[in-house]
Amino acid sequence: MSRQPCPNDVPPLVTVRGLAKRFPKTRRPALDGIDAEVRAGRITGLVGPDGAGKTTLIRVIAGLLTASQGEVEVLGFDPAVAAEKIHDRCGYMPQRFGLYEELSVIQNLSLYADLRGVPGEERAPTFERLLRFTDLQRFTDRKAGALSGGMKQKLGLACALLSRPALLLLDEPSVGVDPISRRELWAMVKELVGEGIGVLWSTAYLDEAELCDEVILLNEGRKLCSGPPEELTKTVESRTFTLAVHDGRRKILARALQQDAVIDGVIQGERIRLVLREGDRFEPASVGAGSGTELRPVNPRFEDAFIDALGGVPKGESAVTQAMQPVFLDEKPAIECEDLTKRFGDFVAADRVTFSVPKGEIFGLLGPNGAGKSTTFKMLCGLLRPSGGQARVAGYDLRRAASQARNRIGYMAQKFSLYGNLTVQQNLEFFAGIYGLAGKRRREAVSRMVEIFGFKDQVNLASGQLPLGFKQRLAMACSLMHEPDVLFLDEPTSGVDPIARREFWTHINALVEKGRTVMVTTHFMDEAEYCDRVALIYRGRVIALASPDELKRSVRSSACADPTMEDAFIALIRRSDQQPAGAAG
Amino acid sequence: MWNRLKALILKETLATLRDPRNRVALIAPPLLQLLVFSFTGTQDVKDIRLAILNQDYGQPAAELVQRLSAAPNFSQVYFVQSPQQLQELIDGQRVLLNVRVPADFSRRFYANDSPVVQIVLDGRKSMAAQIALGYLTSIVQQFSRDQLQPADPGKGVMSVEPRNWFNPNLDYLWFTVPSLVVIITLQVSMNVTTLSVPREREMGTFDQLLVSPLRPIEIMIGKMIPAFFLALFDATIFVLVAIFVFRIPFHGSLPLLYFSLVVFVSSVVGIGLLISMLCSTQQQALLGTMAIMMPALILSGYTSPIENMPEWLQAVTCLNPLRYMMVIVKGIFLKAIPAEVVLANLWPMAAIAVGTLSLATWSFRRHLA
Amino acid sequence: MPMIMNRQASGWLRLRALIRKEAIQIISDPSSILIAFVLPVLLLFLYGYAVSLDSTKIKVGLALEDRSTDVESLIAAFRNSPYFILSVSFSRRELERDLVAGRIRGLVVVPADFSRQRNWQGGRPALQVIADGSEPTTANFVQNYVQGVAELWLQQRAMETGRPAPVPVTVEPQMWFNPSRESKNYIVPGSIAIIITMIGTLLTAMVVAREWERGTMEAMMATPVRIQEIILGKLLPYFGLGLGSMLFCTLAATFIFQAPFRGSFVSLFLFTSLFLFTCLGIGLLVSTLAKSQFVAGQFALVLGFLPAVQLSGFIFEISSMPPIIQGLTYLFPARYFVQGLQSIFLAGDVMSILTLNGAVLAGFSALFFLLNARVTRKRLE
Repeated sequence: MSRQPCPNDVPPLVTVRGLAKRFPKTRRPALDGIDAEVRAGRITGLVGPDGAGKTTLIRVIAGLLTASQGEVEVLGFDPAVAAEKIHDRCGYMPQRFGLYEELSVIQNLSLYADLRGVPGEERAPTFERLLRFTDLQRFTDRKAGALSGGMKQKLGLACALLSRPALLLLDEPSVGVDPISRRELWAMVKELVGEGIGVLWSTAYLDEAELCDEVILLNEGRKLCSGPPEELTKTVESRTFTLAVHDGRRKILARALQQDAVIDGVIQGERIRLVLREGDRFEPASVGAGSGTELRPVNPRFEDAFIDALGGVPKGESAVTQAMQPVFLDEKPAIECEDLTKRFGDFVAADRVTFSVPKGEIFGLLGPNGAGKSTTFKMLCGLLRPSGGQARVAGYDLRRAASQARNRIGYMAQKFSLYGNLTVQQNLEFFAGIYGLAGKRRREAVSRMVEIFGFKDQVNLASGQLPLGFKQRLAMACSLMHEPDVLFLDEPTSGVDPIARREFWTHINALVEKGRTVMVTTHFMDEAEYCDRVALIYRGRVIALASPDELKRSVRSSACADPTMEDAFIALIRRSDQQPAGAAG
Repeated sequence: MWNRLKALILKETLATLRDPRNRVALIAPPLLQLLVFSFTGTQDVKDIRLAILNQDYGQPAAELVQRLSAAPNFSQVYFVQSPQQLQELIDGQRVLLNVRVPADFSRRFYANDSPVVQIVLDGRKSMAAQIALGYLTSIVQQFSRDQLQPADPGKGVMSVEPRNWFNPNLDYLWFTVPSLVVIITLQVSMNVTTLSVPREREMGTFDQLLVSPLRPIEIMIGKMIPAFFLALFDATIFVLVAIFVFRIPFHGSLPLLYFSLVVFVSSVVGIGLLISMLCSTQQQALLGTMAIMMPALILSGYTSPIENMPEWLQAVTCLNPLRYMMVIVKGIFLKAIPAEVVLANLWPMAAIAVGTLSLATWSFRRHLA
Repeated sequence: MPMIMNRQASGWLRLRALIRKEAIQIISDPSSILIAFVLPVLLLFLYGYAVSLDSTKIKVGLALEDRSTDVESLIAAFRNSPYFILSVSFSRRELERDLVAGRIRGLVVVPADFSRQRNWQGGRPALQVIADGSEPTTANFVQNYVQGVAELWLQQRAMETGRPAPVPVTVEPQMWFNPSRESKNYIVPGSIAIIITMIGTLLTAMVVAREWERGTMEAMMATPVRIQEIILGKLLPYFGLGLGSMLFCTLAATFIFQAPFRGSFVSLFLFTSLFLFTCLGIGLLVSTLAKSQFVAGQFALVLGFLPAVQLSGFIFEISSMPPIIQGLTYLFPARYFVQGLQSIFLAGDVMSILTLNGAVLAGFSALFFLLNARVTRKRLE
């Protein structure tokens, strides 16, 4: 995926000068003094934490919001005056897909093809190409409402790409999309860019941002910097290291993150990756990493620079550590399933899924969209009745067990399902209440959560008005309130920015240190690295089950000497595809 | 279990009442409806417009016409000269009915040869027209009684002394206001319950409830109680408005009324939850509510007495909780009906409540599968 | 590869696509079919059988405190009346209890000195009729029917004894337009009004609000679609559904329920269209302002549906309402529609009624379209 050379003298498709956008009844402007350009034949990445103003900027460019101040010119027109002219030549994919759930895949495509004036003769090849690309050929007659989250997103993208626009605005197109689709998506957009169109791509995946020709980094409505990503990456040069750790890597990471010298730290399988502050030194021994371990310098990534530019990961240990009682680890598995099968008519969504998760482990469920990961997940927490096989959590079959058994699990849904019109405090109290906490215990649990997650200033805000990152934290707090033994997390960081994700994993690590078990599904491959073991589910079956490092090792080859988790994911799926049908499993 | 339930009830209540707009929306429009519809629900026909064509010159005809034009319910009387005019007035809906006194009326009257007056009614408003016909008929009857020679008074005569108990002046407000108290209470409790599950489904919080230790029955109760109290609260306001604003007499026992309201609201909430469980979107729930509420209203005895319906339809009304509550509310307000009569109307509602709630819980469990 | 297309042609294409989309959504949701085609039949059916004010049989008690041949024949007169289901008792108490309990709707008391008073020159025999005032309609019937029976009985007695009796004046009523006085005949127009309001206001408000909630409106707004096309693309399908439902109602009413249809299809079509446009205008306005299904639903209910039932003159006679409320009915389009439709169905195309009410409806729809054009902009703010 190399970047195409692109001369700077191409006239910009979008020019933004001194843009400000204020919404009534808010103190801080959503955007303030923004200068930006999007050029033809380039991908411009728009990155920044939640609430930075990415969506607002895209909407202003798309002519869906008017600027309060400043100049905006899109394709030679002012969006405040001539939005129609812009819409004729601009593709836009909003965050919420923009699909009609009652319409089938092909009906959605035809609708947008008509709306965008794709002529009849071009239609068949265009549909064919887009369906092949999005891997939706098999589902053309399925209703959009019945597609998995990732498939919806793909279809939404296909709809935005229909008329080969001059300018493509993508608002977080890859949220909830699996790595394979993301790569394909990227390749496709790249192809479009090669034809000369300009793309503005807002994203929370910083490995994507790294591949952009140019990035705009926003924070709290202001632009922090812009330019080619490597320029920013250069700022953390020679400050990035990995540390090989064999035991207690979660504890060591937690200790490291408390040091002032450490700006960022994540787990990568059996290693810990650290970003150090300029000029500061770090001693592995100081965090108990043991003698013989040494810091190995590695190439900086855009993500490192991003975290650095935003001032690093918040310091401090997760307060979860002090708050929770440790769980006695015994031999009995926390989660086990045997030949778990789910059929919807002829379609086998989960096919004889078998695994077992010991206590105190983070277990990841990975897989492409629609592979059966959500189905398996839902059967485990008792939301779906299996067609065959058994699932036991903490020794209980949750579908049949008494309601007390469900007291031992926590569940955090994909969409951070909270009661939007209740305040933070009321949401916390509600979830404490339905898990049977009362009186003093409830008050304590709620105030503990307020403290751990720093909700002090927000307790009386309606949770629907919180930024996404806060919602996610609140959803997590709600699922932890009753100190569950097993925690189910369904794409818990989907659409959340890297800093909030770091914080999230700090809490998860602390939980696991206390002997809790975590089952997680995710599309972020760097998050899969946090897992002790990972099950890769594809076409309803478990095609691989091992630790992240083992998975990576299993796909090592001469072409790819040091595969990433994403490489491993893609290689394993491909390998499974190549096996003759029937012989697999 | 009690703690879980308490949390759920608190949440449902807050979710309904936290938004000030919601609070207003749950109380103001129903109250407005009570005030406006109390007056629209009348089947008393006043201000009737009437056209008269008198083709007879005799004294009895003149007397009859004079009586008709003086009657209080006939607010405007047109005297016309030709049958054409009569027809035009009816066609254009200028009058509700017209009267023709034929040329031979007086002759026949004196000859005691069944004199006739011809009435034409506007069938487009047949309900009002029939009531107007009733008034007219009684005026005509009174006329023929009074024409009896006063020479032979007494012996062999008989008078009929009409009296109306419970509502001496047959004031329609006394009928509509108590009826509307329960109809609007029904509407409020349906609105709150039917949308609740589809809304949670659309928000994604329903799964969250399902994985929690809450039992299906607890979720049902949690959704029921707030709707329940809201409905009772609204009903209280309506009862107060009925007594103090509309001055409807209240003769019965207040505790008995409340006990009945409790049973009634339970049965309505049961129906509401059942709809709620069966619908997957808010649109379906709202339209489903309509599809239930309109027949419920028709079959309640409010728009027309149940006794007038064909028997098989009367049997259908037994499934309608509104039917029983109508009897109770009017009975307690106006008639001070004894407890055993209330009870006879209570147990069917209780049975409906138990039936719908168990069905709703059952479909809840089935949905989980 | 940018393409240049005839602007009008592509506009038409877009509109067609939007309409097709909406049609698929309508067909795939059973609730819209329920409202458009099942509910009308149910309403016609129920109203046809359930709403009837012409009481045929009323339960009435006859309390006898006097026993004589006179009274025997009086009882016979009551028994022969087709209007009563009679229960005769010597205990007035018991019957009074029945009246309170609602087991009988009226009570006729023959007092203890009834025969004595009758046979005594200057006596004043009186039948007491006590009706249950908590059901005023039925109470009126009870009074009138008892009066009628008494009248008849007096005549019979007079004939038997040769005494003078009142000259009976016969009232010959003719119910024009609806001679058999069947409620369902005049319920048809009212039901159509209700269904049109449901489809035009309630359903439309909900579906537009749903597009806001699900974010499809945002996606739509970023395409070359013009705002007029979005509005038309919403309106036309529901316009079609409304007309379809009206047609269905009319056919069901005339063929299944044998209701008359005396006007012309042209006027029915034009008149319904005018009202449908008004309803759609209200629905669109509500949803644009509310943007949430719950709020839009509640608003549509209060603004559209309830007035259509209560203030349109469909069941309840407008002229009997207090002046303020009568004034209020002029503000709701349903009133004009019901009035016009009643004429089309039962009387024929009475031009004086159709032009007046039609003009008002046209005014309403123009007003709501102007309002919609003002509040709807192709922006998210």
